[in-house]
Amino acid sequence: MATEILMPALSPTMEEGTLAKWLVKEGDTVSSGDIIAEIETDKATMEFEAVDEGVVGRILVAEGTEGVKVNTPIAVIGEEGEDMSLAAAEEQPASVAVPAALEGFEGKVAAAPAPGPAIAEPDRSPDYPEGTEMVSTTVREALRDAMAEEMRADETVFVMGEEVAEYQGAYKVTQGLLDEFGARRVVDTPITEHGFAGIGVGASWGGLKPIVEFMTFNFAMQAIDHLINSAAKTLYMSGGQMGSPIVFRGPNGAAARVAAQHSQDYAAWYSSVPGLKVVQPYSAADAKGLLKTAIRDPNPVVFLENEIMYGRSFDVPKLDDFTIPFGKARIWREGSDVTILSWGIGMNYALEASDELAKEGISAEVIDLRTLRPLDMATVIESVKKTNRCVTVEEGWPVASMSDHIGAEIMREAFDYLDAPVLACTGKDVPMPYAANLEKLALTSTKEVMDAVKAVTYRA
Amino acid sequence: MAARKATRKSNVSKEELLGYYREMLLIRRFEEKAGQLYGMGLIGGFCHLYIGQEAVVVGLEACAEEGDKRITTYRDHGHMLASGMDPNGVMAELTGREGGYSKGKGGSMHMFSKEAHFYGGHGIVGANVPLGAGLAFADKYLGNDRVTFTYFGDGAANQGQVYETYNMAELWNLPVVFVIENNQYAMGTSIKRSTKSPSLWERGAAYGIEGMEVDGMDVLAVKAAGQKAVEHCRAGKGPFILEVMTYRYRGHSMSDPAKYRTRDEVQKMREERDAIEQVRARLIEMDDKIEDELKAIDKDIKAIVNASADYSKESPEPALAELYTDIYVEASA
Ligand SMILES: Cc1ncc(C[n+]2csc(CCOP(=O)(O)OP(=O)(O)O)c2C)c(N)n1
Ligand SMILES: [Mg+2]
Repeated sequence: MATEILMPALSPTMEEGTLAKWLVKEGDTVSSGDIIAEIETDKATMEFEAVDEGVVGRILVAEGTEGVKVNTPIAVIGEEGEDMSLAAAEEQPASVAVPAALEGFEGKVAAAPAPGPAIAEPDRSPDYPEGTEMVSTTVREALRDAMAEEMRADETVFVMGEEVAEYQGAYKVTQGLLDEFGARRVVDTPITEHGFAGIGVGASWGGLKPIVEFMTFNFAMQAIDHLINSAAKTLYMSGGQMGSPIVFRGPNGAAARVAAQHSQDYAAWYSSVPGLKVVQPYSAADAKGLLKTAIRDPNPVVFLENEIMYGRSFDVPKLDDFTIPFGKARIWREGSDVTILSWGIGMNYALEASDELAKEGISAEVIDLRTLRPLDMATVIESVKKTNRCVTVEEGWPVASMSDHIGAEIMREAFDYLDAPVLACTGKDVPMPYAANLEKLALTSTKEVMDAVKAVTYRA
Repeated sequence: MAARKATRKSNVSKEELLGYYREMLLIRRFEEKAGQLYGMGLIGGFCHLYIGQEAVVVGLEACAEEGDKRITTYRDHGHMLASGMDPNGVMAELTGREGGYSKGKGGSMHMFSKEAHFYGGHGIVGANVPLGAGLAFADKYLGNDRVTFTYFGDGAANQGQVYETYNMAELWNLPVVFVIENNQYAMGTSIKRSTKSPSLWERGAAYGIEGMEVDGMDVLAVKAAGQKAVEHCRAGKGPFILEVMTYRYRGHSMSDPAKYRTRDEVQKMREERDAIEQVRARLIEMDDKIEDELKAIDKDIKAIVNASADYSKESPEPALAELYTDIYVEASA
């Protein structure tokens, strides 16, 4: 049966082209792969190959013709002695329709909806039953305990990273794990972030639940392709077939006097990625409860710790299995004049500022977001509707920061309730300096938070 | 170490050869059809055809057992067909339809099938290499004697993460076959313009990994080399590298003007080395009455491919609600 040869689309953007040259004439026999014409696209001159074998019956578009639309019949190919009229040619379907616009799409969708029941009301349930015995524990121990408990409970959980085993962890977070679980499950890697992050993601597809420790998140920039392109996007790209149950954890942000290359806070970077979950705990109890949840989560989780916090002690509930769900902020102080939002190490400034402000008669509500993706905006909005003012606190850079995102959400969801602009206390817009005085200046401070609160409460 | 060439096995049966003929032809005809649908605007974006390289994946799949895994690059249609995935689902993914393996959300470069142990389809050059080693890491950890075939190109072989992976794969004895599909070009850069290494497989020696060069236009040679590599892995001896010398007849993707090589070079390969023609000639040599059988296979393949094209046009576009699904797995707790 005769077949129409259509003007091909030879690039992702081509809509029409010039039929520069015919390399065959009517009556020629062609076989699959023969170059039959040269076509100029919007980008280049391309050779156009025959796909089927047959005889060129008719050439419908003369060489030199410009502006030939994609899918216009340009020739008919058939078998020897066949009727080559256009009508006889096999009918070709028209090109695919352009997708219709999204119906009922109302403005920007803040973030991909997290699975599970939508929480309209903030979840204010206690993290653990009242009266639970509490044990003073460092953040470092809490993280280790979380890993050890999950490794005891699930054979497929393992830890890999630089110096995690024999050295007991560059910051001693994995102390004791090698002794208990052995080298099969506590794996020292060469210094090769890109490679072992990829191996970790592959292992998560192969049925394991890796905990990949980065000595610090600064070094994860060498591996970020696997966190984002391999871990975060694969579930979507596979139509839901393949998730990546993996935790990437390690210290993030500024430590002390280690300068620009070792002091970056990645919260905003990772939080912008659909498919990732991002946790940045402050207290030891949260570190433990959230890390256990992260290990069990079937999605890739970026777990941002802080070196300065490792040695701090907090009360941790003594429970056999203590977990904290993602997307549930914690209200540390209730207050009425202003909402101070923070997470991770930023909570130090937030809590200190609220103590000082209380002495001056300003009542601040202090909220620890705990997880940045999913973000508990329900708790934030409820608080802002009550206090009508909000200050955010983080150590990351100010441009395209978490604070910017949260501020925009508050503006959209609670605009009529705001009595002042939302102010952000962030790290300064500079690489981290080494000199002690400059380093201090580059971070945010309790004083900055207090000043911001006074500005939004008009007490400055 | 000198390159060891796999020798051709002479005691191959007609049935076995017919099987390879059929599988290679399915890939070729499927790819030709995909090229056609691209030209019609039904397939968009990047579309990288495997025409010319069919013997590589067909030869290696002949060595795979149930549960073995495979992972490759964006030039992945052939690998999916050879691992037993449904041509309809693959073609419908190319056209971005609901019936595609990824419900239309992955496209030509990103397709997966857990059932077929096919782990993609990856668009970042080099990234699938540690991912493949990670799959092998999981098998070793779980105590399965399964092997992962990790395919990548001659261009990808210059990525740093490949060597990070070689190092760890050998260090940890991972059961992974690294398959370098050396088709002589990375887009428009011929191998001579990207490296002075005389061979790519030999780079493994720096990490203590054994390997060999294979004629990738000879399906039997590929199979013989693949068996050696798989035995090595299954015996717990760690990774193995196969550098399979092959050639792609079409452009890098659909928008490649192919000015970096001559038409003669391509034509010569097609006429003198074509893997399908080699098998066909061999079959005719074995049995001069086989033409009818071959014709029946051609017809059968054509029908399968046409059916996949029809399916890929008829399958609807994904529902708009699919935009927001499959971003997170719901926690089972
Ligand atoms: C990290 C990265 N850099 C560049 C590209 C663009 N790119 C896509 S394919 C390709 C050539 C790869 O050639 P090769 O590895 O030989 O594989 P082949 O296409 O020949 O199968 C390039 C440069 C990419 N996808 N990823
Ligand atoms: Mg190549």
